[in-house]
Amino acid sequence: MNTFSYAELAHALQPEIILADGAVLVLATDLIFGRRRTLAARLTTSLVLGALTLLGALVASVMVGAVGGVYGNQFVLDELAVASRAGVLVLALITLGVAAGAKRPRHPAEYVALILFATTGFTLMAAASHLLVAFAALELASLSLYLLAGFDKERRESAEAALKYFLFGGLATAFLLFGFSLLYGLTGELELARIAAGLVQGELTPLHGLALVMVLVGFGFKAAAAPFHLWAPDAYEGAPTPSAALIATASKLAGFTLFLRLLWPGLRGLAGDPAQALGQGGGWVTLVAVLAGASLLLGNLAALAQTNLRRLLAYSAIAHTGVMLLGVAAADAVGFGGLFYYLFTYGVATAGAFGVIAVLERQGGCEKITDLAGLCRRSPLLAGCLTVFVLSLAGIPPLAGFFGKFSVFVAAFQAGGVGSLLGQLSLLAIALSAIALYYYLAVLKQALVTAPGPGAATSVRVPPVAALTLLLVAAVIVLLGLCPALVLKQF
Amino acid sequence: MNLLPYTLYLSFAGALLALAVGHRSAAGARVVALLTALAAWGLTLAAAFDFKPAPEWVTLVDVPWIPQLGIHYHLAADGISLTLVVLTGLAATAGVLFSWNIEERVGEFFAFYLALIGGVYGVFLSADAFLFFVFYEIAIVPKYFLIANWGSTHRQYGAMKLALYSFAGSALVLAGLLWIYAGGQASGFGLDELTQAAASLDRGGQLTVFALIFTGFAVLAGMFPFHTWAPTGHVAAPTGASMLLAGVVMKLGAYGCLRVAMPLIPAGLAFWQPVIAALAVTGILYAGLVALVQDDFKFVIGYSSVSHMGFVLLGLAAANPVAVSGAVLQMFSHGAIAGLLFAVVGRMVYERTHTRQLGELEKLPLHRLMPFAAVVFVVAGLASMGMPGFSGFPAELTLLIGTWQFSPLFAVCGAFGVLIAAAFTLRAIQIAFFGQAAAWVPCAGGDAGAGQAGTGDSADAPAHAYAPLTWPEKTGALLLLAAIVLIGLKPDLLLNWIVPSLQSPALRAIWGGAQ
Repeated sequence: MNTFSYAELAHALQPEIILADGAVLVLATDLIFGRRRTLAARLTTSLVLGALTLLGALVASVMVGAVGGVYGNQFVLDELAVASRAGVLVLALITLGVAAGAKRPRHPAEYVALILFATTGFTLMAAASHLLVAFAALELASLSLYLLAGFDKERRESAEAALKYFLFGGLATAFLLFGFSLLYGLTGELELARIAAGLVQGELTPLHGLALVMVLVGFGFKAAAAPFHLWAPDAYEGAPTPSAALIATASKLAGFTLFLRLLWPGLRGLAGDPAQALGQGGGWVTLVAVLAGASLLLGNLAALAQTNLRRLLAYSAIAHTGVMLLGVAAADAVGFGGLFYYLFTYGVATAGAFGVIAVLERQGGCEKITDLAGLCRRSPLLAGCLTVFVLSLAGIPPLAGFFGKFSVFVAAFQAGGVGSLLGQLSLLAIALSAIALYYYLAVLKQALVTAPGPGAATSVRVPPVAALTLLLVAAVIVLLGLCPALVLKQF
Repeated sequence: MNLLPYTLYLSFAGALLALAVGHRSAAGARVVALLTALAAWGLTLAAAFDFKPAPEWVTLVDVPWIPQLGIHYHLAADGISLTLVVLTGLAATAGVLFSWNIEERVGEFFAFYLALIGGVYGVFLSADAFLFFVFYEIAIVPKYFLIANWGSTHRQYGAMKLALYSFAGSALVLAGLLWIYAGGQASGFGLDELTQAAASLDRGGQLTVFALIFTGFAVLAGMFPFHTWAPTGHVAAPTGASMLLAGVVMKLGAYGCLRVAMPLIPAGLAFWQPVIAALAVTGILYAGLVALVQDDFKFVIGYSSVSHMGFVLLGLAAANPVAVSGAVLQMFSHGAIAGLLFAVVGRMVYERTHTRQLGELEKLPLHRLMPFAAVVFVVAGLASMGMPGFSGFPAELTLLIGTWQFSPLFAVCGAFGVLIAAAFTLRAIQIAFFGQAAAWVPCAGGDAGAGQAGTGDSADAPAHAYAPLTWPEKTGALLLLAAIVLIGLKPDLLLNWIVPSLQSPALRAIWGGAQ
């Protein structure tokens, strides 16, 4: 297995090759044929090409399947990688659907190409099993996302979002790289399997501890976990809507996959005992659990006070991150299936919510939660879809969000027992989910109960592509909620 | 019997259909809702005729749903669930009839309404704890929208309070179920599997888990001191939703206590029994006394619901077959009676007089203006007081006899609750319907409205302007009345289903554990 065959590499990385080629194709087409076309036509062309590229990559990634270690184990295509690659591709497709309904960017081809490049980074992150590859993939994704966040050059908020995201992200990258260098120094290896072999079970010197903290700070930034969440509300609020959707969903799924692989197969020796996370057996599980608890509390409580819809989604994302981190800490005992299900369905629901915001924004604006007032009269379709997305985020069965949280709680209880730190954090998360219902219902109250305000547009026209995307997304949420086994049996 | 699962499929399908039809025609949505409710009710009655009383559950459907966690789509029924699905069908049909006058967003109203009904059917038929929980939560969200959209007094406040209380309760239940599943290393979420797993927890764990799950369900059953959502929610809700809330949704909580909490951890029940009984009795007396001083007619009924549900909880806490059979009978009886009371107050009276203040109603000669409503309310009130011949009597009698076996003290306190119920019901009847009856003389010239006693604003309106009762109101009221009288005269009809089911292995563990 430990061979370096380019043919094997090219075979395994077909989706990435398709994505990169597709991005270049989008740019070239626009450059050659787009000169005299209208903005709408250029956007349509770019979106169609981008969607075809993503579909091609999706087919390729399924065809390649789980082939195991590739290119000297620098990439690992296991079930998690296959599922995660497919997941980010689907989420990127939804993002293109969101972009179809959103305000038109001034440079559509560049916009779509950047989304494709970011997606390339995501799929590489999903499969990377080598510190340098992981870092390169992460940077490819991050740099594309910084540009996407600042793409709306006419709005100050967009620039602010991009700058904040860039500065925080850059700082996080520095921490992460420092952590990687320490790991390399401690073990002399860059490949995860070998790093794992070089670590002695339970041996946690101060240097190991420093490496862990550095890596987890980087992870915390990427995942928007408290107390490293500060960029998230501003980035969600200021970035163009499709960019925000991509940052909130696909980026999260890819980041969690990357760190899941780094932490569990790579640093298992330093994990500590999940059942005794507070005692002598502590390791990085304890740190992740602390991040989880902080995110749960901060996200849920801060979300209560939000009046801006996107900031509300950002704090709700932080709260969800808390649950996901619990899932990460518990993932070893029960497998990655439940956590992946949660990450994916969360992403789908959030992307859908951004899709609704995007359509509304193009016609009259949608900043405050109260701007949703009377949505069910202005557009029953949008109101219905938004209801599905928000209830899924709130964790109401039979929508997908419920089973996602449920499976993570089961895992956390099983990994640590009820009395352990993980079990108690799960109890906290369950209690907070009752509080969370308040702010989710506050959104739906505006959409379904309150009468439309005097200044609101009487009816909202939903572009057909956006309508189709939203309906498909809602259908996915209902379907996966009714049949979670469809995803779980892939693992 | 095998058709019972279609009750919930029909309800959910009806919800979608009502939503689709409602955009074009309000009347169409009403008809869809009525037909759906009737069809589902018909299925439950057909199943009831087919039912042979036996201790065992009859499995209706059992397929693996999420095999990775051992979760099954397992629907089953026994005499207790049969009693409650028949009640659900009755309450749902009557509720649709009393919602006939909804004019705004009719399709959406009935969509939420039928989705709620579907969830309720699902809860009563679930034999897998996960499935039970899923349906339980499905029933919560539509309640919020029904109240917030179509309700009256403080509707958004009442709706949010109700939703948060319910959801907090279900969070407790979820925590308890997961605790058992993980702590006892259960192989699945079937109630049998969880019972075995719960037995392997240590005693402290068992007691805590029982407290979590029982409290979680009891919130929805309106147990003191977690009852405060009930009066505000009932008052804020539109009539059809109040009828469902009091009629079946509160039963979900009591059913959860009986079906999930008690059999899972008999030891927990044995330990907490006195506390639960004390809280139940407190609820009966406290809510009854509060009902005695309410000025809002609907609040009287709201608190009376809490008081009557206290009887159910008292019967469950007594934990012997007699008391529990009384509790289940009381669930049915209260479902019909409370539905009828809310229908009279919220639909027949309030929609016409536009006031629910007893002080203002007192000035109206309602017993002459609405004789039918007055008769219905008096009969329902008598039933609510526990008058022999109506369903409340056999239920409360059985329940109190069973409670006496557990503890005479609690039985006596409970019996005081019956007295208080008589007091607040009679007060409400007297003030609302016969307020200043003696002083009121119809004028010969047909100017009936400005009776001599009429000094308030409401009384200035000509009384004959009150629209006559419509056929849906009369039909709905007669349906509920018929059920109340039928069970009052022949409680055996239900007890023959309920009593054998109390000898199921799961429940026998309780009678063993509690003595």
